[in-house]
Amino acid sequence: MDAMVRELSYAQAIQEAMAIAMDMDERVFLMGEDIGVYGGAFQVTGDLVDRYGADRVLDTPISELGGAGVAVGAAVTGMRPIFEFQFSDFATLAMEQIVNQAAKMRFMLGGEVSVPVVMRFPAGSGTGAAAQHSQSLEAWLGHVPGLKVIQPATPYDAKGMLLAAVADPDPVMIFEHKLLYKAKGPVPEGYYTVPIGKADIRREGRDLTIVATSIMVQKALDAAAALEAEGIDVEVVDLRTIRPMDKQTVIDSVKKTSRLMCVYEAVKTLGIGAEVSAMIAESEAFDYLDAPIVRLGGAETPIPYNPELEKATVPQVPGIIVAARDLVKGVR
Amino acid sequence: MPTEVILPKVDMDMATGQISRWFATEGQQVKKGDVLFEIETDKAAMEIDAPASGILRDVTGKEGVDIAVGAPVAWIYADGEVYGDKAPISPLVGEMSARPTEGDAVPPTSQREASPSALPGISPARGEIDPSSAGRRATPLARRLAREAGLILSAISGTGPHGRVVKADIDAAVAGGAKAEPAAKAPAEVPTSTASAPAVKAMSDDQVLKLFEAGSYELVPHDNMRKTIACRLVEAKSTIPHFYLTLDCELDALLALRSQLNVAAPMKKTDKGDAPVYKLSVNDMVIKAMAMALKAVPDANASWTESAMVKHRHADVGVAVSIPGGLITPIIRKADEKTLSTISNEMKDLASRARSRKLKPEEYQGGTTAVSNLGMFSIKDFAAVINPPHATILAVGAGEERAVVKNGEIKIATVMSVTLSTDHRAVDGALGAELLVAFKNLIENPMGMLV
Amino acid sequence: MATASKAVADSRANLPFVYRQYSAEQLKQVLYKMYLIRRFEEGAEESYMRGLIHGTMHLSIGQEASAMGICMPLAEDDQITSTHRGHGHCIAKGAEVKRMFAEFFGKTTGYCKGRGGSMHIADVAKGNLGANGIVGGGIPIAVGAALSSKMMKTGKVVVSFFGDGANNEGAFHEALNMAAVWKLPVIFVCENNGYGMSTSTARSTAVKNIADRAAAYSMPGVIVNGNIFSEVAEASHKAVERARAGEGPTLIESKTYRHRGHSKSDRNRYRTKEEIEDWMSNRDPITLFESELREFGFIDDKGIEAIREAVAKEIADGIEFAKASPSPDVSETGNYVYTEQA
Repeated sequence: MDAMVRELSYAQAIQEAMAIAMDMDERVFLMGEDIGVYGGAFQVTGDLVDRYGADRVLDTPISELGGAGVAVGAAVTGMRPIFEFQFSDFATLAMEQIVNQAAKMRFMLGGEVSVPVVMRFPAGSGTGAAAQHSQSLEAWLGHVPGLKVIQPATPYDAKGMLLAAVADPDPVMIFEHKLLYKAKGPVPEGYYTVPIGKADIRREGRDLTIVATSIMVQKALDAAAALEAEGIDVEVVDLRTIRPMDKQTVIDSVKKTSRLMCVYEAVKTLGIGAEVSAMIAESEAFDYLDAPIVRLGGAETPIPYNPELEKATVPQVPGIIVAARDLVKGVR
Repeated sequence: MPTEVILPKVDMDMATGQISRWFATEGQQVKKGDVLFEIETDKAAMEIDAPASGILRDVTGKEGVDIAVGAPVAWIYADGEVYGDKAPISPLVGEMSARPTEGDAVPPTSQREASPSALPGISPARGEIDPSSAGRRATPLARRLAREAGLILSAISGTGPHGRVVKADIDAAVAGGAKAEPAAKAPAEVPTSTASAPAVKAMSDDQVLKLFEAGSYELVPHDNMRKTIACRLVEAKSTIPHFYLTLDCELDALLALRSQLNVAAPMKKTDKGDAPVYKLSVNDMVIKAMAMALKAVPDANASWTESAMVKHRHADVGVAVSIPGGLITPIIRKADEKTLSTISNEMKDLASRARSRKLKPEEYQGGTTAVSNLGMFSIKDFAAVINPPHATILAVGAGEERAVVKNGEIKIATVMSVTLSTDHRAVDGALGAELLVAFKNLIENPMGMLV
Repeated sequence: MATASKAVADSRANLPFVYRQYSAEQLKQVLYKMYLIRRFEEGAEESYMRGLIHGTMHLSIGQEASAMGICMPLAEDDQITSTHRGHGHCIAKGAEVKRMFAEFFGKTTGYCKGRGGSMHIADVAKGNLGANGIVGGGIPIAVGAALSSKMMKTGKVVVSFFGDGANNEGAFHEALNMAAVWKLPVIFVCENNGYGMSTSTARSTAVKNIADRAAAYSMPGVIVNGNIFSEVAEASHKAVERARAGEGPTLIESKTYRHRGHSKSDRNRYRTKEEIEDWMSNRDPITLFESELREFGFIDDKGIEAIREAVAKEIADGIEFAKASPSPDVSETGNYVYTEQA
């Protein structure tokens, strides 16, 4: 890639992607609560309203259900809306439009329409926002055929996957971890896409595959670095898309390492870890497993307010190290 | 054309319905909108109105009978319309109702009943996996590598958690020159076997059959019992280090005591007249003697496991019973504590139910030793295969008159040769000898079995 | 649509709106379509009772004037979102009954290729973005379509049909508010047939008239007799003009009545036979329109009979077409979940 590569934050990368999308295609517009002069709840839209005007950076009333429906209606009739939720938790208010309308419209109408809407969900814990503003609900939406659900983990992917989402003819739900917004990383200038439905091997290793999502990718990499000193060689697979899932990359990795651990922030039970584990157990990789599969996920509680409790609720680097060590050393 | 009255679909998943009540009768004048009849569904009763005015004719829809949706149940003839003696033909046939599987995710019966191997995700090869490894903790990778290397999984000790065999164990086995042999091609349906060792099979089925002229034999498929016997014996012989001790026992005192006891047996009333309450056999006394010997030599009353010696508190004696198509070994539990008459009656019951294949699993699984008696065939001496989890088995030959030398004189005595097979991992030579001598003493001094 | 010539218009000066606005041919066409809706639903009902149709359906028999009146001033590329009781809207917006029957029969020639059925009947080419199984589900979508129209400057007007039940859904209020704030070219049409399933509006709705809700969103709220074609069409005309002029949305409450139950499993326990009989005998929209046409000299009995016969033939042909059409292959169940990538 010839384009100049700079260090950008995850939030800046998203903002840049949205600007490029609007420059390239006049059908693209942003809508959401307080995304205009306020700049968005997490300053992701920033000053885009100054550059593109209030019509294309459209502040909506506090109406998640109606707003999502408007975005769906606009998408069906030729526009390319990018709808920002203030918090992913508010997806619960809009589930009707997301699950019954956006996901099913093409199918119900026998392929006569498509719904090229992008919805962005600031997600995850760690900001002290407590139980109703800290959830990771991506698996809820990942359960719905008709939707695509992605979780970029780096600024590079955040930009490339958002641009891929805008170009995608189907509804794409993007879960952005709030703690990642300030994370910096190399981002090329200009237009590029990172494909939806393709996982990425962030680190190659021989002894253990960690399949991680979103912010857990960096935590898994930190754990892998620490484990390297102990002679444990961890492969980290960033799932990136949870629907449609890139099964082959995970299968190939497990066939290489013979051990699998899934690390994700959402509540452990009935989540992405269960899906990845079952997928491996059903696959050709089963006969390559040399240890039980391990899941590290969020605790079976709402996210607490107290910062120490909050941290204890989701997987952290030391916990990943211990679990990985136990798995490779055969303690489990 | 008269107006057809049909049994309408009134519920989403309704293919048939029942008329619970007619409100109009044959020949009655009805007005459009009058309630004609009531349909009962599992949810509710629904009143059905007359679709036209006129005279109700040909009421064929009976109350309380399942009627297909869309089927005619009556006809209404308009005033002046000619009524013939034949009911008109219904103009439409219910298409969706006639296809009850429409929209149904369950495949048709014929598919459902397909053989298991036809189900997606279950490859026929799965059925060929070494069955004796079923109870063995091993990772999927270790299982696959063992299979590919022709290693017997249960012969490899696991270093993983809970004794689990992991890849490293297979690697070590291969590096250590463990004998790679083709794993036994086991039957697809092996009954619940807690066994471990599979074994080798030198020749494939084809190789065997090739040695015989086509048409010179008949192939009798194995039943489950035959498969189990094959599997268990191969496992026993290939994983248990057997060794053998043989001893002669004089039976004269035992036979005399047996006669006395049988003569003294009280009588009871039965359907077939009076019968003794017990009739002891030599084998009943062998069972008792073996049990008491084990109590006297408790170290021999053991089972081998990888991690520990299992020392049993009771002597549970399995008795090999020949039955059509195979054999089975019902167990006399706590035989050391039971009287000869109890053992005898219990044995008769077990043997009879064994022959009719009515034993419950708990009646033939387990046990701490076994007795196999071929004396009735005049077999003089043989060595039996240990039946895991036992560590010993006593093979009993025929009692026969032999010349014996006693105090420098040749005398005639009734003698029975017995051979004890032991699992050398659990019962060493001297210990086995001690057990066998204890047994001999009881047989030759049988009063000891009465106290 | 061409309007009546000036001379004709003058001669009709004292007649109700539609008789001044439209030609005799257009009005006969309206009668044809009202019959087409009625007979289509009767044919669907008949086929359902015979087990030819799967699932359930919600019939709008008795509401034909509402569907036709609202769609009368719409152009072909104007759009609508419809409801579970949407067969009439679909036909009024221009759909062919044979492809609707095919959809109900689950066939590949249906508008949704057998994937949607009655509750999701649509005709995107004619601007019908689809019926909806969720009460109020189509209202925000219509607002989104209107937002597209405004942003892309296509001049399209969007109509959102919904029932009285939907006026108590949050989506209704959120959508009306946004449409008003953004002055979007959308018309909210509440077909108030008196009952949300079994619950009457009197028992479910705090305001007497649903049109009163319009005041909360600063838009005109208009009440019309939904069984009188001319009244409905006149209100729709005004709302369309207002929308095209960029003045924003209108809420029309079309008071009407469904002759049939809510769905096929309705036992009509919540209303009396007398009430239903009264609406059927005295306020049937087709009868009312037919007698006006006759009275004002637009049609005679022969003309009416010709229309009925032509409709009967179109319905019979439609059913035949549907029955003869192929069913989708089970191997294609996964189609249309996502856009097929070339």
